[in-house]
Amino acid sequence: MTSLIRIRDIPGGIHPPEHKDQSLRLPLGSVPLPPQLVVPVSQHIGEPATPVVSVGERVLTGQLIAAANGVFSANIHAPSSGTVIAVEDRMLTHPSGMSDTCIVIETDGKDEWIPLQPCEDYHALDKAALQEKIRLAGVAGLGGAGFPTAVKLNPRSTEVIDTLIINGAECEPYITADDMLMQTRADEIIAGTLMISHLLHEPKDLIIGLEDNKPKALAALQKAAEGTRVQVVEFPTKYPSGGAKQIIQILTGREIPTDHHSAYIGVICLNVGTVAAAWRAVRYGEPLISRITTVVGETLEIQRNVEVRIGTPIDFVLAQHGFDAKKASRLIMGGPMMGFTLPSPSVPVIKTTNCILAPTLKELPPPAPAQACIRCGLCADACPASLLPQQLFWYAQAEDMEKLQAHNLFDCIECGACSYVCPSNIPLVQYYRAAKGSIRQHEQEKEKSDRSRRRFEFRQQRIAKEEAEKEAKRLARKQAAEEAKQKLAEKAAAAAPAPQAEVVAEAVAKARAVQQTPEEQQAKLERILAAARNSLEHAQQPLVPNEEGAVITQEQLEKQQARIKQAELKVSEAEKKLADFMATQNNSTAAPADTPAPANDPVAAAIARAQAKLSMSPEEKLRSTLESLQTRLAKAQEKANAAKAEGSPTADALQQGVEKLQQKIADTEAELAQLAPAASEANAPSAEQHAAEAAIEKAKAKAAALATMSEEEKRAEQLKSVETRLQKARERLAKAEADNDPNIEAFRNGVVKLEEKHRELQDA
Amino acid sequence: MALLKVTSPHAHKGHSTAQLMRLVILATLPGFLALVWFFGVGVVFNVALACLACVGFEALAIKLRGRPVMFYLRDYSALVTGVLLGLSLPPYCPWWIVVVGSLCAIILAKQLYGGMGFNPFNPAMVAYVILLISFPVEMTQWAAPSTLLEAGQTLPGISDSLQKIWAGVPIDGYTAATPLDIMKQNNSLLVADVYANEPAFNTGTLAGAGWEWANIGFLIGGLFLLSQRVFTWHAPVSMLIALTVMATLFHDGGSSSSGGSPLFHLLSGATMLGAFFIVTDPVSSAVSKKGRIIYGAAIGVLVFVIRHWGNYPDALAFSVLLLNFAAPFIDYYTLPRTYGHAKARRATEKEE
Ligand code: SF4
Ligand code: SF4
Repeated sequence: MTSLIRIRDIPGGIHPPEHKDQSLRLPLGSVPLPPQLVVPVSQHIGEPATPVVSVGERVLTGQLIAAANGVFSANIHAPSSGTVIAVEDRMLTHPSGMSDTCIVIETDGKDEWIPLQPCEDYHALDKAALQEKIRLAGVAGLGGAGFPTAVKLNPRSTEVIDTLIINGAECEPYITADDMLMQTRADEIIAGTLMISHLLHEPKDLIIGLEDNKPKALAALQKAAEGTRVQVVEFPTKYPSGGAKQIIQILTGREIPTDHHSAYIGVICLNVGTVAAAWRAVRYGEPLISRITTVVGETLEIQRNVEVRIGTPIDFVLAQHGFDAKKASRLIMGGPMMGFTLPSPSVPVIKTTNCILAPTLKELPPPAPAQACIRCGLCADACPASLLPQQLFWYAQAEDMEKLQAHNLFDCIECGACSYVCPSNIPLVQYYRAAKGSIRQHEQEKEKSDRSRRRFEFRQQRIAKEEAEKEAKRLARKQAAEEAKQKLAEKAAAAAPAPQAEVVAEAVAKARAVQQTPEEQQAKLERILAAARNSLEHAQQPLVPNEEGAVITQEQLEKQQARIKQAELKVSEAEKKLADFMATQNNSTAAPADTPAPANDPVAAAIARAQAKLSMSPEEKLRSTLESLQTRLAKAQEKANAAKAEGSPTADALQQGVEKLQQKIADTEAELAQLAPAASEANAPSAEQHAAEAAIEKAKAKAAALATMSEEEKRAEQLKSVETRLQKARERLAKAEADNDPNIEAFRNGVVKLEEKHRELQDA
Repeated sequence: MALLKVTSPHAHKGHSTAQLMRLVILATLPGFLALVWFFGVGVVFNVALACLACVGFEALAIKLRGRPVMFYLRDYSALVTGVLLGLSLPPYCPWWIVVVGSLCAIILAKQLYGGMGFNPFNPAMVAYVILLISFPVEMTQWAAPSTLLEAGQTLPGISDSLQKIWAGVPIDGYTAATPLDIMKQNNSLLVADVYANEPAFNTGTLAGAGWEWANIGFLIGGLFLLSQRVFTWHAPVSMLIALTVMATLFHDGGSSSSGGSPLFHLLSGATMLGAFFIVTDPVSSAVSKKGRIIYGAAIGVLVFVIRHWGNYPDALAFSVLLLNFAAPFIDYYTLPRTYGHAKARRATEKEE
């Protein structure tokens, strides 16, 4: 079928030397079974799978050995039959060289398959079952990212998919794995495309897009696509036209809005290899246990494409191709533009290994030293995302995170076009990765501290609320007691200061109890500070190369810098918090400490004050302090007078307290005057009792409001509403089933989703 | 096996910065030759001395800053500054003018700001403006082009010029008003009459003897650089268009108050040198394509404004410096629209 698709150009882009023919001279080969297969449980984006076999167990080819962990994960199957000899941490095929769980299988050479369940006609299956088959086979994006395919094939019900794009662009130099696949298995790709189209409710356009440097693949696909709806479209070769965003733009002219998936604009984009794997999964019941990989580079005697089992150690593959380690400078998984250097040659082939590149020093010489940016703008011309790489570089160096985000750092697809053209050899992408990393880290940390701050505040409020309630009760009791006492006094007309003293002692104890918590808080803050200091020290430790003889790269250094910065930030934050805390603590402990006399309601007032302070401006704070001080002064004065009149021995001490209070009031007034010249209106000593009570009232109300918002209740509320909705959805579904409604699928989806949500809520 | 651990991309292509700079120097050749042809060896001395002085000062500054001297010298940027400065100074000017100019360009305008890539202003233009303001007499004496010389007179010879440059021994009648000066002073003749009567014009064809060829030379060099993709077309083309538009608006039918024809403006003074070698200086210009169009156009307009209404013989240096000031501002408002964003953002915006 000839194409009606209009080809658009993308901004920027580059034309690096293709180096594609050297791996296309030989036909598709295969690699013998290695003695050991090392299968990582995490080969995809998302949750690692959970191993379901144990050491010593015999497994058959295609047997499930690690099960997907939730929706956003993928099954892992035994690439060949043999015995599980270890389930342990091994170095991953990952730029960082980190280790994670791998299942190691000693192959028995028999390659004995589990019984497969082929499916002659997928139309016979319902869509959920079809999807499930793809999911169970562990199909993940083979183009590079390793996105679990089943997730992609299950767009939200609100997203109507009108275009299915099968990406065969393969724009990276050297890589020809997809090209080879399209040449040799065009019919599988077409069949897979039609199947996925069926699964997605037949989108309007089915497009297989490839660059115009693959005439053989184009011919093969066009032949296979004859008589179907699939359109095979070629477009001009230009890196990075194979990026998902770019190929969508080329074939549809649409751009995926930032922060959205392609389904949002009605497009699903899959790699050709993924489609073929999905087809094999359904048609033959074959799980994803092998893939086509380009083995290329001038250090190899044989350069070609091979079908290789997942888990085959890369050095084993290289050995099969006459690898000359002496000539090699680096080993790259993927292409020269976006691939990463392998931490060690012994890591295994994984689902996303589209190319193993073993170049000589001459092919890919080590990077030249970076010179100053001359702002020539070549990078901006090359950027497919229309960013300004030179500005990003500038701000990344200055660590100006805000500016980086304002310049859309996160829309950078790390294609490397900018670094490629930069005449000053600046490793731009490296800077962007580092900057993205530290911004993400920073945000996570901020999120974490926000969360703990919220938790802390919540706790404070709860404590305050409890205290306020207790205090209110106590006040009521005391009032009653005093009334009674007064009556008693009237009757007996005898002076008895003793109960008063008791009340004072009680209040002081209460106040102490309240302070218990602050002490704990202080200890905690100190602990946090110590921990932060500790981790700073840790970060500052000199870097040790993680391999004998390896050099510490710029990147590692940068990462360390970032870590140190982060740690320093944390230390200073912790110090500040502690200092702040101490300051407030001193204020509030100082106040009650030097005025033990006014027995009336120190604790309640303190609580009210603290409560009010939470939401007060400094001026208001001062004013309220003044108010309370004046109240206290009035009371202290009263008491002192009374004591004097009675000739009590505490009279002197009380008088001293009064004087101190007066001093304090003067100080506060002065401060207030500084803050706001018009502070004289604070002379309403009679209103203070009301203020305190109002504050308590407020605290109670706040607490009540908070209580109603508690997590459990919220969840309960949600649960209830989900239940009602689920109920309704089920009814609707039943009705639809009865009516044979065409939208029945959507209803069923809705019910399934609601059920999921319900379960989640219940679990939570 | 020790494997190199580097991040992608692993491939690199394109010119190195040093290659770009060498191309720029190469591209000044036609204009340089035209200048030498019409104004004599003074131009050669200027350029040679300026290059020497610039590289010397650069080396000194880098040494003082404790950086590897050869690594930085190899980027050729000091040499480019030297060539451009030498080309814009009046031939046969005293040697110290050139040296002071180089000092200003390299030390003041470049190294004090942090060296290559960090200078907000074009070094050669900073030097030119400082010299023009400080030593107006020396800076406004332009040599007469060879076509203007009386019969029997020749361009100053090598020994004459050396004596003039190093010892200040005067040479008789080697200066003449530039076409721009003449056009500016003129307020009585029609443009056509100026062309017919003034020797500076009637010995040339388009825009005054000598100058037109120098400009054409720089135009050729500039087109070569464009074809090599050393810079993009945005700034120079928009500058030339803006200048043309302004000159057309104020051509006034060639009356006595005319500013001169567009062609006259395009081919006189430092127009082409500026358009392709100064305005394209990436370090001190705006960064985005849109920004560079605005940047170039504003320079074009300013050049005409200062030439026509201002008091300085040529306006390019001032216009460029003014727009260097404005470049960050232009950048703020001309961020390109990033993929996936409905509209371009302002650099001032925060992440929403
Ligand atoms: S290509 Fe390199 S030198 Fe040129 S502007 Fe971009 S970062 Fe700077
Ligand atoms: S790596 Fe990022 S900034 Fe550089 S060209 Fe690609 S998208 Fe643009």
